[in-house]
Amino acid sequence: MSTPTAIRVAESGWRRYKHTWRASLFSSFVNPVMLLLAMGIGLGSLVDDGPGGLVYVTWLAPGLLANIAMQTAAGESSYPVMAGMKWNKTYDAMLAGPLATSDIVLGHVSWVSFRIVQVTAVFAVVAVWLADLDPLGAVAATGAALLTGMAFIGLVTAYTAKFNNETSLANLFRYIVVPLFLFSGVFFPISQLPGFMQPLAWLTPLWHGVELSRWLAVGIDTAFSPMLHVGYLLVVGVLGFVLAVRLFEERLVK
Amino acid sequence: MEQMQQPVVSARALTKHFGDFVAVDSVDFDVRPGEAFGFLGPNGAGKSSTMRMIGAVSPITSGDLTVFGLDPAADGREIRSRLGVVPQDDNLDQELTVEENLIIYGRYFDLPRSVIRPRIDELLAFTQLEDRRHSRVEPLSGGMKRRLTIARSLISQPDLVLLDEPTTGLDPQARHLLWERLYQLKERGVTLIITTHYMDEAEQLCDRLVIMDRGKIVAEGSPAQLIANHTTREVLELRFRSEGRQESIDRLQGIGKKLEVLADRVLVSTEDAEASLAEVWARELHPVANLVRRSTLEDVFLALTGRTLVD
Repeated sequence: MSTPTAIRVAESGWRRYKHTWRASLFSSFVNPVMLLLAMGIGLGSLVDDGPGGLVYVTWLAPGLLANIAMQTAAGESSYPVMAGMKWNKTYDAMLAGPLATSDIVLGHVSWVSFRIVQVTAVFAVVAVWLADLDPLGAVAATGAALLTGMAFIGLVTAYTAKFNNETSLANLFRYIVVPLFLFSGVFFPISQLPGFMQPLAWLTPLWHGVELSRWLAVGIDTAFSPMLHVGYLLVVGVLGFVLAVRLFEERLVK
Repeated sequence: MEQMQQPVVSARALTKHFGDFVAVDSVDFDVRPGEAFGFLGPNGAGKSSTMRMIGAVSPITSGDLTVFGLDPAADGREIRSRLGVVPQDDNLDQELTVEENLIIYGRYFDLPRSVIRPRIDELLAFTQLEDRRHSRVEPLSGGMKRRLTIARSLISQPDLVLLDEPTTGLDPQARHLLWERLYQLKERGVTLIITTHYMDEAEQLCDRLVIMDRGKIVAEGSPAQLIANHTTREVLELRFRSEGRQESIDRLQGIGKKLEVLADRVLVSTEDAEASLAEVWARELHPVANLVRRSTLEDVFLALTGRTLVD
């Protein structure tokens, strides 16, 4: 009985995490709750109730859930991938053995997916308590958040492999992750954006994830058919994976 | 003796280009089972590129290459599962402990934990890292990291171990310990392929070697054969004061078989260095320093390429 390769690769992620978890403790578990408190409950006290008497913090929580899945995917697929590729060259060590680039990327996806489940599950519990989410809805929304995060793993991994320098990683967060976080419907519906920006929001995986998560958690209808949102996230996830494998191949096998 | 055993690695007209740059230029060689085979040459000679092709991580540009009789392009995974690789730069997982580095590497080879555990005990003893088992990698010394990289390469009990400049950057004590361990591996029947730019390392470890320069193989043989074919038995090294140096060198003509004038010293290739030194004194030359020594592969390299091997 042999263990699937991706799981054996993900095991090394787990071992590394056992040494380094303290460093990500705050950003993984505390910052999201701070957002919920400050934006949802603090600022939310100034926001009128939504349809069906939905208070702002309850409306916000599923959006934040999708967002932290994206943040976790981006965080785990940027600096740690750079370490494997360039700083410690552990990917070279893996490729010297029987693994292939696709094994490494698939192992990475498995490990980061686990991290997303871990981070979003903790947030979901807090949101049930502080934002009055329905527990079952919160569990379902965690699934949507995982799908959202998975859509980003391959893309961000490919980005890291492509640019392969620290400045580009800082730029990734500055110019891509933070604007997505602010303008993909997490804090306000994208219908509030200027008309020309709305189609842009449709392209972002985060918006699709927020729509799904909110639908599952608090029952607000999605913009398009839920299956379309799911399909979009899956397609982006698979494309990102294929792209990441190709760029790993280019960068590491020469 | 000359049984036609299938070579572990066989290369014919093996070539590697990176864009316009020719890193390896049509080389032929065979590595026999159980031998320690060396690639010797200065930086940029094409040694590491050759190693990476043998390791089935770098696609060949042209020519033929088989490893264990397999084609790296088609059976790379199978080849790599039977190899141990010690790369030039340690690529250990800095965040993990010594033991964990070995565990995860064993897991990449799909070895069950029950197999990995006893092997780790054995390998840590072999590389003298037992008391570092639970240390993180980052603070270890260069020699310890190197030994750990070697231990890691052996976790899968490979038939062939590739060592790319195994002792570069290590202090003499660490080098000697490493040489002794590699020698033990060879005694166990593991085939070793070693690249080095150190002549003494090649002499210590290699049964047979090729000398590479600018992507080509310029000589091949055992260390003793190479010395016999390309240089004299002994060398007399002389240093002269800078004033009147040229005159002294002119007056050396005719001593030994060949004179090689380097920036800091003059090398006299000779069958009997003591006799040559006596002759130097007989001519009333007064070198500030002299050294009588056996020829080394360094002298072979110099004879073949007209250049010294410098780091």
